[in-house]
Amino acid sequence: MARSTPVKKAWRSLTWLLVIIIALVGLNGAQVLFAGGAWAPKLALDLEGGTQIVLEPQLTAGQTVSAEQLTQAVSIIRQRIDASGVSESEINTQGSQNIVVSIPGKPNQDTLDRIKSSAKLEFRPVLVTDVAPVAAVGGKGASASPSPAAVVDPNLPSTPSVKPTDGSDINYVTPALQAKFTTFDCASKAGLATNLAPAAEPLVTCDTSGAYKYILGPVEISGQNISDASNSLVANSQGATSNTWGVNLVFDAVGTKKFSDVTTRIFPLTGARHQFAVVLDGRVITAPTANAVISNGKAQITGSFTQESSKTLANQLKFGALPIGFKVQSSEIISATLGDSQLQAGLLAGLIGLILVVIYSLIQYRTLGAVTIASLVVSAVITYLFVTLLSSRDGYRLSLAGVAGLIVAIGITADSFIVYFERIRDELREGRGLESAIETGWKRAIRTIIASDTVNFLAAVILFILAVGNVRGFALTLGLTTIIDLIVVILFTHPMLRLLGRTRFFSEGHRFSGLDPRALGAVYRGRAQFRAPMAAMQSRSGGSAREAAKRQTIAERKAAAALPEKPVTPRTKGNDS
Amino acid sequence: MASFSQFGNDLYTGERSFNIVAKRKLWYTIALIMVLSAAIVPFLRGGYHFGIEFRGGSEFQVAGLAKLDTAPAAAAVASVVPKQIPRISTVGTRGVRVQTDQLTDTASDQVKNALAANYKVPVSSVSASFIGPSWGADITGQALRGLVIFLVLVAIVMALYFRTWKMSVAALVALLHDLVLTAGVYGILGFEVTPAAVIGFLTILGYSLYDTVVVFDKIRENTSNNGDSSPRTFAESVNLAVNQTLVRSINTSVVAMLPVAAILFIGAVILGAGTLRDISLALFIGILVGTYSTIFIAAPLYAHLRSGEEAIVRHTKKVLVARRASSVATTPAESVIGTGTGTGAGSSASAKS
Repeated sequence: MARSTPVKKAWRSLTWLLVIIIALVGLNGAQVLFAGGAWAPKLALDLEGGTQIVLEPQLTAGQTVSAEQLTQAVSIIRQRIDASGVSESEINTQGSQNIVVSIPGKPNQDTLDRIKSSAKLEFRPVLVTDVAPVAAVGGKGASASPSPAAVVDPNLPSTPSVKPTDGSDINYVTPALQAKFTTFDCASKAGLATNLAPAAEPLVTCDTSGAYKYILGPVEISGQNISDASNSLVANSQGATSNTWGVNLVFDAVGTKKFSDVTTRIFPLTGARHQFAVVLDGRVITAPTANAVISNGKAQITGSFTQESSKTLANQLKFGALPIGFKVQSSEIISATLGDSQLQAGLLAGLIGLILVVIYSLIQYRTLGAVTIASLVVSAVITYLFVTLLSSRDGYRLSLAGVAGLIVAIGITADSFIVYFERIRDELREGRGLESAIETGWKRAIRTIIASDTVNFLAAVILFILAVGNVRGFALTLGLTTIIDLIVVILFTHPMLRLLGRTRFFSEGHRFSGLDPRALGAVYRGRAQFRAPMAAMQSRSGGSAREAAKRQTIAERKAAAALPEKPVTPRTKGNDS
Repeated sequence: MASFSQFGNDLYTGERSFNIVAKRKLWYTIALIMVLSAAIVPFLRGGYHFGIEFRGGSEFQVAGLAKLDTAPAAAAVASVVPKQIPRISTVGTRGVRVQTDQLTDTASDQVKNALAANYKVPVSSVSASFIGPSWGADITGQALRGLVIFLVLVAIVMALYFRTWKMSVAALVALLHDLVLTAGVYGILGFEVTPAAVIGFLTILGYSLYDTVVVFDKIRENTSNNGDSSPRTFAESVNLAVNQTLVRSINTSVVAMLPVAAILFIGAVILGAGTLRDISLALFIGILVGTYSTIFIAAPLYAHLRSGEEAIVRHTKKVLVARRASSVATTPAESVIGTGTGTGAGSSASAKS
């Protein structure tokens, strides 16, 4: 009859659990084989050490850095690092102008670029463009002789003879600017260092590959007017996605207006002035032609992006430009601040704590305590696999605070079992048989478990989205352990109890089973049948809501007995034996 | 452990009952005294001591070492500022970095000299500078923003789930109590507030609410059908729920506290000050207070908040009138010694047989 259904369900749940564990092992294995992952989670800065990068501001003569600019730069760098994973880096100022970034592991060039580049984005109209001399690309031999040409005649007029009326006005190109443009060498470092110009003035620069050079008009729109940025594959004119990556920009209200004005102005122009340039940190990343008037405030930058570099740029634009550019002063390996002794002590303490939990569970719940322990073991295995996977996929790193968080999670996970077991015991006290006590107890317990886990999960999600730095790492740990708690109690603890409830040891309420109805105050009426000692039986059909009414305090029971309209079944000592 | 499960049985049936809800004035007074002292005493002792991560500090770099060893650095700092817990790490292959709280110029020079002496290098290879906070105002600001949004959302979620905003209020008041007390004990002991301690507080925030929701769910179950026919007043139903979940509350807090206590013991006794001690202290106190406040603050406060509702006032009056009538009918002695009645003795006797 219906007997087989719970057993089938139980086995199905356990199978699902096995599938989840195998999938996690498989994903981990894939990471190890193909993506350089590992079978153990990586450790954070405090436990493993990492790299300390000292950044020094790139300043032109006479320029100074204010404390405010440094703080702002620290905040932006932190957001950029957070956007690329949960590595719990440490960023602080040093002295009056340096910034120290400590990150776990060894950073590659991409990481360094992401951290230090200013990411100052400007939209400028193109005035003149030319192919950069071959010498710039070819090599040093060719560019060695014409180097004196880099000196521009200081007598050439550098203010426009006719005042330019708009950004695309060719009158910006003064003889001095033209001379500078002609001699501009895209390959020389000197040339790159000088390609900075105030926003209101024209700029001579090259594109990132060094193949073209440009004279650009004043800044029309800057990165501050970007409200959001993301990266995606570029769709071609037919709407199908190509395999080039682009960065999608969304302008704020001011930016939308300005962008619309610029495209309106340059749309009818011809030649170089039909183009506008997207300039990042003084170099042109792309200079598309304006093929339409764009008034919806959305733009897409394409260039020679990879998926990685487009994501980096999108993040940089989203969090804003650094107030100043930085260069790496030193990059050195640093050791852990806490060292092995703290981690070992933490793990030892965790182990001692676990043994105490095991002892306490066995005393409290007898054999049922073994179910608790098995459930904790299962959740430990799943947690380990999850943490390792996150560690190799998303750069999650385990700090000492994270380890402590996981140890505390033992309590929250064990609470689910305790709530469940206590519910079953309550049902046994009511005089139910074990199987029905397990099913009814489960229905009540899972409600409570889901409600309370929801609260924790909500905290984890909100803090993960909104917070930065260490708090994000905490949120991830909390969310992870909450989900694992649910997985284990639904797919392991409950099915195990369903199966165990059928064994003679438990269903007969063995003294050491932890579910002995006699010890729980129910009255033994024969094999595996119990009857409540109180007035409980009469309203059995009432369902859960009315059951609460049966659980009365002494005063209430007396009061109830005295009420003529509410008869209570006779209670005598005869029930006892 | 039969006695403990017997204890659970008695609480469940109402055989034994702690009258927690009715004594709410006592709990409020205790809570008020505790919260006030937790808020005031730390400031009498000089306020909270924030770590280098929050305030920045001094940094010393020793360069040109033949062998990397951090022990001389610890000794050097201890010789000048004994109370200081420096953060020491090796840099590259020939340097050591020492970070401390911001030191006075004199102390800074002394540390510099001590470092040079301990490492047997000239004073010129030790450099000193100031470092800014790594846990800056931006992290705190973002975390607080997240917390406020979380608390608002969780209040809404609880109000929807329990179908009364009064449970949300009671839960949040208990949460506030827990956070103030935990922070207070921290300040009274004079421990340094580190990022690890802050993470500990956040964990407590989660735990406190979690614990309250578990008990409130039982209260909701007991009171959901507390219509006119119930022989108990609303407050008594709440009290019964608290008693029925008491065994669970004790078991859960013991299980949660055992590992934390082990960390606290090992962290404080064997390792001395450090991350482990900071975080486990916050957690230990937090779990203890979190469990306490659910039972002694959240539940009585909830009953209190609802006690003014018209339906509940009417029902309470009806129950009390009926009870008075019954106590006139029964003998006075019986109503004083509750356990003397047939049922009570009967069920406990059966359990022991």
